[in-house]
Amino acid sequence: MKSPLRKNKSKRLPSKANRRSVRRAAQAARRSTNGRTNGRAKVPKFKVLGTRPIRHDGADKVTGRAIYTADVKLAGLIHASMVRSPHAHARIVSIDTSAAEKYPGVLAVVTGKDFPNVADKIAELGEGAVNLAHLSANCMAKDKALYKGHAVAAVAAASALDAAEAAKLIQVQYEPLPAVTWVLDAMKEDAPLLHDDVYTDQMGKVGKKPSNVAKHLIFEIGDVKKGFASADLVIEREFKTQTVHQGYIEPHAAVALWNADGHLTIYSATQGAFTCRQQTAEVLQVPVSQVTVIPCEIGGGFGGKISIYLEPVAAMLSKKSGRPVKMTMTRQEVFEGTGPTPASFMRVKLGAKKNGKLVAGEAWLAYDAGAYPGGVIGPGCMCVFSCYDLPNARVDGFDVCVNKPQTKAYRAPGATHAAFACETIIDELAEALKMDPIDFRLKNAAKEGTRRVDGPVYPRIGLVETLQAAKNTPHYKSKLTGKNRGRGVACGFWFNIGLKSSASASVEPDGTVALVEGSTDIGGTRTSVAMQLAETLGIPAEDVHPKVGDTDSIGYTDVTGGSRVTFATGLAAYQCGLDIIRQMSERAAMLWDCKPQQVKFDAGVFRNGRKSITFKELAAKLPETGGGIIGRATVDPQGATNGFGAHIADVEVDPETGKVTILRYTAVQDAGKAVHPSYVEGQMQGGATQGIGWALNEEYFYNDQGRMTNASFLDYRMPTALDVPMIETVIVEVPNPAHPYGVRGVGETPIVSPPATIASAIYHAAGVRMRELPMAPYKVCKAMMEKASM
Amino acid sequence: MKDFEYAAAATLDEAVSLLAARGERAKILAGGTDIIVQLREGLREADLVVDVKKIPEIMTYRFDPASGLSLGAAVPCYRIYEDGDVAAAYPALADAARIIGGWQIQSRASIGGNLCNSSPAADSIPALIALGAACKIAGPEGMRSVPVEQFCTSPGKNVLRRGELLVSIQFPPPAAKSGSHYLRFIPRNEMDIAVVGAGAWLRMQDGVIAEGRIGLAAVAPTPKLAEQASRFLAGKPASEETFRQAGELARQSASPISDMRGPAQYRLHLVGVLTRRALAKAAERAGA
Repeated sequence: MKSPLRKNKSKRLPSKANRRSVRRAAQAARRSTNGRTNGRAKVPKFKVLGTRPIRHDGADKVTGRAIYTADVKLAGLIHASMVRSPHAHARIVSIDTSAAEKYPGVLAVVTGKDFPNVADKIAELGEGAVNLAHLSANCMAKDKALYKGHAVAAVAAASALDAAEAAKLIQVQYEPLPAVTWVLDAMKEDAPLLHDDVYTDQMGKVGKKPSNVAKHLIFEIGDVKKGFASADLVIEREFKTQTVHQGYIEPHAAVALWNADGHLTIYSATQGAFTCRQQTAEVLQVPVSQVTVIPCEIGGGFGGKISIYLEPVAAMLSKKSGRPVKMTMTRQEVFEGTGPTPASFMRVKLGAKKNGKLVAGEAWLAYDAGAYPGGVIGPGCMCVFSCYDLPNARVDGFDVCVNKPQTKAYRAPGATHAAFACETIIDELAEALKMDPIDFRLKNAAKEGTRRVDGPVYPRIGLVETLQAAKNTPHYKSKLTGKNRGRGVACGFWFNIGLKSSASASVEPDGTVALVEGSTDIGGTRTSVAMQLAETLGIPAEDVHPKVGDTDSIGYTDVTGGSRVTFATGLAAYQCGLDIIRQMSERAAMLWDCKPQQVKFDAGVFRNGRKSITFKELAAKLPETGGGIIGRATVDPQGATNGFGAHIADVEVDPETGKVTILRYTAVQDAGKAVHPSYVEGQMQGGATQGIGWALNEEYFYNDQGRMTNASFLDYRMPTALDVPMIETVIVEVPNPAHPYGVRGVGETPIVSPPATIASAIYHAAGVRMRELPMAPYKVCKAMMEKASM
Repeated sequence: MKDFEYAAAATLDEAVSLLAARGERAKILAGGTDIIVQLREGLREADLVVDVKKIPEIMTYRFDPASGLSLGAAVPCYRIYEDGDVAAAYPALADAARIIGGWQIQSRASIGGNLCNSSPAADSIPALIALGAACKIAGPEGMRSVPVEQFCTSPGKNVLRRGELLVSIQFPPPAAKSGSHYLRFIPRNEMDIAVVGAGAWLRMQDGVIAEGRIGLAAVAPTPKLAEQASRFLAGKPASEETFRQAGELARQSASPISDMRGPAQYRLHLVGVLTRRALAKAAERAGA
């Protein structure tokens, strides 16, 4: 398996061709816009970017007409229900499906035996890689159930109720095995073993006997020993976090039709149609060309809808029954059977000089991977010290299998855990050194040229500007008064990624443009991508009609993840726009009887000397100058550059119950260029709210048999509208030099800071340092009582 | 979930005979905010669901300061807090009605339903216990009355026998110089189940507490009357110290479990805090 280190290194430097294309793009952007100088750098003046048009898919969403996967209706559609393991760990002795097969209305039953054996092979899924044998076994268990909720069989019937009743008749004989759910327990020598074919891979050195520890990552920079020896102050602490789910509002759903001609069509709530196609094809062992994936509207994903779950099962049921099959999950199935973010144990140590300069850091991070290896420990290691210029550091990271659902990406996967640990110690150091926590961070902030512990050197980033902006917020400048109240701050970081995107657009005779792009729209990206095309073409955002294409309608596009869509798919739209301008210039040249090179384009107008024609006017002349025009682009850009944020929270702690009320909350973030500021603010508020959920109440509760006991939104407590104040936002814009419009990803960074921010605020309100998430009332109360009795 | 039959009974006799014929396989539908979810999630099963909202006695809503409140078992929660007279006469009841679910739930869900669902964490039951309410039950053998604190028998179970149904809840007339309050502790601010719930009622006389009642939820297999703590209040001044001591006594009547809503030790601690807070507010409302 590719280590995150190598993967990241390979992406650190853009290829020459790509650098050239990005530079050309940047130059073209400067040419096509009126530059304005603000003393530091030339800031282009935009017509569309930075405005707040109504989202293109708004009417469908608010009227309920938008088609989500569960809304898909096909002729002859039947419904399927999954049978899931009640045990956290068990050998599957036998499965008797005969009674279910006889149940009225039942048309097909599948178990693990129906799926091809997939070799141990790694598939790159864009944001992360997956072992296909594990992926297949996660969709449908073969010989062992590795967590409660693991799918073991499925039944399709004429109605959903029949399918559910028939599923109860499937007799699975289990041999229960001891289960292990806590990461440190799973690392013990005598821990119950999940896999007999997983060996610890320590940076390429593979262990001799099977282990739950799938990976031991090591990153090192400088001389850690010397670094700590030179420190005046060293603080080392231990931290714990619990399993947390993305909590998207739409449960997973898939509809599959395995047609008589062998072609498989899948409708899915996926974050990436192409990735869904690839995974499904691999699990079913059919060529990708035999599969079409139609991505439907998606009710949230946050990284949790990249992996497939239902798709191959629905497909196999369709193949067996000859009918289109729909599968939808209940909320309980979503909690128990899909991938949350891991629980973790972390020990982190930082050393600083009296003058506030950090000199050394050490982190020992153990993240659970859930049932199969390949969790989010890699990015956790890479993020733990990512906000600071730390000359000497070492990070050890462990990827550990436990009897819980396989963990998956969740908004800045792995970073929130690590930031909770690191930022809490930063807060302690600042306090001990009697420095303002923002000044302390400013003194140590990573900037252009800083080398991260895992290798890469930062390009132009905006952490310093973000911290300065945070310091200047009305919130930070205000005085917090009142009993039991405190203020906290913390930084946040996420890499952001580029990856492959495609866009194509056809010019309509009325001067509007129909855009098809490949990125499923989770956060309003249809509009933010369309706005970049509109900006390029010099037309209003409303004149671009964006659509998300299926795998047959648009070029390869990676998943919506890594905060990459506005950056990369936006770049594809921009280049698609340049392609349109080039072709339209040829048409103008035809009209004016000149060379295409003589036609200049600026702000929506084509000119040659005194002759000019607007984009709209020229569009009307397309039918008479050779027909329609289609622009297209496919990109694989480097230089997504990183997202940095800083959050400020004021809280009040009930001294008798430990309940934390958030009085005021501000999120500050560098967006590079906020294409649609409302969406950027929305991401910052949404990320902060999810982070507040991690901070205060969200956790999977397991009983002593390893079964989750709170698989519902009632007892899995995400924040409601009444639990968060209006989150104030400050957008900082330090343009990304690698994007023509300066765009950086924004979606993930805002979830990273809240737990540490709130932990700091609780400390300043109640005098207790909380080092375990969630900081639920019972824990805060206990900590306060312990402190009082000391 | 399998298909089930539905019957809308028009009279108490009809409901009683339907329920008596089917026994455990028949379930009662009032607002439906619990039973429909439970049937869908497979937590309860039914062959027959009997809708009782068309039975006049079950929709009774009658308040008279001299005779008290007769609250039909299927009267939705919003009727209580939107009625200024009733909310003023039984503030703990209104407190509970306001926090059972959100608006949509409150427009269907009833106090009677909350009682018959018999959750140990039910929000209305500590208020009903504190207010000294009684359950009017119809059955094959006629009507009977049971004090609310004796209604629930274990989680999800109650004294209703085959063929019986709750008709209404009877509240004594509001006493002069009395006040009540219900509050719960939840980790969030809404959409949550009580970690601990506490209802309190006090009647003042000659500057001291003449009598008081404390009801608790989520600290035992059923909501319960904290008897010792309630008895302790009589003759005491309405002071922080009295309420603190009552809280200590209330803790002794609690036997909470540890679960995803809170560890037992924490719940015990909260019983003391919430009892004290409930009493203080009830005293304030009583004009103490």
